[in-house]
Amino acid sequence: MHSFGYRLNALLTFAVTILALMCAIASLSDNFNTPSPSAEIQITNINWFQKQPQGNDEVSLTMNISADLQSLFTWNTKQVFIFVAAEYETPKNSLNQVSLWDAIIPAKEHAKFWIHTSNKYRFVDQGNNLRGKEFNLTLHWHVMPKTGKMFADKIVMTGYSLPEEYR
Amino acid sequence: MDWQGQKLAEQIMQIMLLGFAMIAFVAGYVLGSFQMMILLYAGGVTLTTLITVPNWRFFNRHPLNWLDPSEAEKYPKPQVAVSSKKKAIKK
Repeated sequence: MHSFGYRLNALLTFAVTILALMCAIASLSDNFNTPSPSAEIQITNINWFQKQPQGNDEVSLTMNISADLQSLFTWNTKQVFIFVAAEYETPKNSLNQVSLWDAIIPAKEHAKFWIHTSNKYRFVDQGNNLRGKEFNLTLHWHVMPKTGKMFADKIVMTGYSLPEEYR
Repeated sequence: MDWQGQKLAEQIMQIMLLGFAMIAFVAGYVLGSFQMMILLYAGGVTLTTLITVPNWRFFNRHPLNWLDPSEAEKYPKPQVAVSSKKKAIKK
């Protein structure tokens, strides 16, 4: 600790190293959080269901999405990214996932919500397999931290189906 | 700063930084505020810098007594004796 510059350098290096340690421990503390989220999606209306000129099926639907994701937030959470995906099986693909809607929840206060919306992104199939198709709607979330590890999970809701004929 | 002062400065720096880190983390965790942790820690780092980095007088309580230049001139440095070495080798 021989000179002003030496001491300043030693102090700053040590301070930054300790800061990195604090952020690592903060991220580890997220593992103590046991979240208990809930969600429900109702399809209120199938707006239209057509076959595109290229041959792919497309459907437009309106949903009520309600969820309580407040327990996902910790002191180390910056935001939660959520999206709703329709999942179904076709002869060509064992799993198709089509993202219909997404949102960013910036704070715990906004994590308990209800929204009535049509699908933000187009629900288009690879082919024309959607008539009478049964599908799941899954709400995925990514808990983005201020520092450290990101946690992701989902709720699968089953029992949705599309009409037999185009409208 | 003298030798004792350097050691003291280093000890104070390490203890203060670790202490502030622990206080800041616990405060942030309990309050549920990441920003509070960062602010407390930044304050702690600034305070530690102000205490340990500048050359304060209390770091110089055991000053080193350098020999006065006028004293040093009275006792000249010894000269290297080249001739006596050659005699010893010849024997």
